[in-house]
Amino acid sequence: MAPTTWERKDLLGLEGLSAAEIETILDLAASFKTAPPADDLGGRTVAFIFTEASTRTRSSFEMAAKRLGADVLSFSPVGSSLSKGETLLDTFLNLQAVGVTHFVVRHERSGVLEELAPLLKASVINAGDGWHEHPTQALLDLLTLRDRWGSFKGRKIVVLGDIRHSRVARSNLFALKKLGAKVVFCGPTPLCPDDFSALGATVEHDVEKALKGADAVNVLRLQIERMDQGFVPSLADYALSYQLTPARADLMKPEALVLHPGPINRGVEIASEVADGPRSVILEQVANGVLARMAVLSLCEKGRSLA
Amino acid sequence: MPEQMIVTGGLVIDPARKLEAVRDVLIEDGRISAVAAGLHRKPSLKGVPSIDAKGKWVIPGLVDMHVHLREPGREGDETIATGTKAAARGGVTTVLAMANTEPVCDTPSQLSFLRAKARTDAAITVLFAGAVTLGQKGEKLTEFAKLRAAGAAALSDDGRPLMNAGLLRRALEYAKDLGLLVIDHCEDLSLSNGACVHEGPAALRKGLKGTPWAAETVQVVRDIALAELTGARLHIAHVSAAASVDAIRAAKKRGIRITSEAAPHHFALNDKDLPGYDADWKMNPPLRGADDRLALLAGLADGTIDAIATDHAPHGCAAKSLGMDLAPFGVIGLETSLAVALTDLFHKKVLTRRKLVERLSSGPAGLLGLKAKGTLAPGSDADVVVVDPDAIWTPEAPFLSKSRNTPFAGRRLKGRAVTTLSGGRVVHAL
Repeated sequence: MAPTTWERKDLLGLEGLSAAEIETILDLAASFKTAPPADDLGGRTVAFIFTEASTRTRSSFEMAAKRLGADVLSFSPVGSSLSKGETLLDTFLNLQAVGVTHFVVRHERSGVLEELAPLLKASVINAGDGWHEHPTQALLDLLTLRDRWGSFKGRKIVVLGDIRHSRVARSNLFALKKLGAKVVFCGPTPLCPDDFSALGATVEHDVEKALKGADAVNVLRLQIERMDQGFVPSLADYALSYQLTPARADLMKPEALVLHPGPINRGVEIASEVADGPRSVILEQVANGVLARMAVLSLCEKGRSLA
Repeated sequence: MPEQMIVTGGLVIDPARKLEAVRDVLIEDGRISAVAAGLHRKPSLKGVPSIDAKGKWVIPGLVDMHVHLREPGREGDETIATGTKAAARGGVTTVLAMANTEPVCDTPSQLSFLRAKARTDAAITVLFAGAVTLGQKGEKLTEFAKLRAAGAAALSDDGRPLMNAGLLRRALEYAKDLGLLVIDHCEDLSLSNGACVHEGPAALRKGLKGTPWAAETVQVVRDIALAELTGARLHIAHVSAAASVDAIRAAKKRGIRITSEAAPHHFALNDKDLPGYDADWKMNPPLRGADDRLALLAGLADGTIDAIATDHAPHGCAAKSLGMDLAPFGVIGLETSLAVALTDLFHKKVLTRRKLVERLSSGPAGLLGLKAKGTLAPGSDADVVVVDPDAIWTPEAPFLSKSRNTPFAGRRLKGRAVTTLSGGRVVHAL
């Protein structure tokens, strides 16, 4: 295994990480495929604070924590202190006082952890904050792509769909750019504003042009509520212009990959033939998610002892 | 014997009289009685208490036409007493308090109550705006004539935009007959739609909901049309967008009676300065893009923007700790406006010192029709500020304001008020 470049107790996002730090996470995650995981979190307690519903991310993290030997503390914000008006910091401090060493947090507000994490001894791992970042989802995307490619240099990855509201898209962009890939954001202007180019993405509103010669496409879920908010007139209208159909998928390189963070709206942002087709690595992503999250938990545990 | 005081040897800058020279300023019974060279050597003035202003500027007190004092209703965030002490520290001697208190200042009795409160509590002159609509609901006009009789200095629903153009038209027509200034907070709510920062790359990077510059400009353009239609005077509050500045400039050229103000945070900072998710940087309108900021500087320089106003908006730490998206809009500014203006406008050569004083003092005084403010002409109120334009300092809590929500905390500034006189009384001295 490569020498470790990691001294952090928290993982709040990928924007602030170096390429070497990202590679460190990916290397450790990849090593878990062959080597049995160590008992890195034995005697530790991981608490899950999810103010938004999430089945996949949460179960993936729980599996990761358990495979590292941690105890898991579930925490449901409904009927809990959060709904009684206690501040989020007070909630964290109390849970830390009862012995929580790692917090895995999903919150609907962007940036909510940036001020809290420095005030805690426990590790804080972002499991999705508002529209900001979803670092472990991007890490599992990276792990899946790296398994196939070895390196990201010169690769073209298209992120397709509702970029504006996507924390997955942002984390992917920040990390992929650092690792030498070209990132194309594609979607209708209301969901994919041109200002994203200032962040280093290539913005393209024509899906055919965007997909031409791509090495991979990451298809984002279109949320039904965006119709009510006027971002798209209807799901069908969106699908007409932006659905990843077999014909559109064929514009990519022959060996190109199709990713999706799930859950899939079949027949909206992606056609079933593509989602279930030979290019699809969607289930591989899910499997890699556990490994990526194990790596993050393990590294943050080591970083916590340094802090 | 009249009560006398003399400010000696300072560089007197009085744009209203195009005066910029070393002079002594004699104050008698709360008014300026003479401005001349060598007054302090007059035998008749021997022994009069004096303030040495040598090497400093002596300017008319600042008139801040956009301030929230939170009284009544939110005395935990600010009161007339604390807000005016903060003003005095910043060289501000007249403020116009906005009507979005709890309850809203929309009746003559509410206005009379506030003016009585100010007479006992305020360190400086406090003027009050009456609301344009009852409860600031944007539905029914308040009683303008009664409000004027009770002492309203202007009319504004500030804090909320007047979304109904037909209602604003009637308000302008009615206010015109009464000689009252209408101040509009320009924001199309269907475009701003719950956003907390400026729409642009910085908002996208942070995953925050942004409001486009056009949310302001569409209302500014509408207001210009209504000012032209009615012939009334209309003042645009806290201009933040380049396109708004352009529209106001063009309207002024065509003789439309439109005026505007800009806030120090908007002309000193832009959205790229926003550090993380600190809600002490959240205000409405938000910090705009770099080009918008440059347009404000140009507007201040050529007079398109008539006044610098703080939009001093105190909020307690608990409310501001709710995070960027949930925390209330607003920053405090009374203690730093002069210093930020000196730092970012005078020292960076955007404005001459005379123009700077004009935007801070005589300009807004003129907009509010205040004859005895904004100048050091004999007979005017002795609202006088001694300014050290080169003093280096760093604003930090504790502030005299009850709140501390400012993006300027910890920022190195150049220049500040050394002494502030309000009606001849010393209300601040370093």
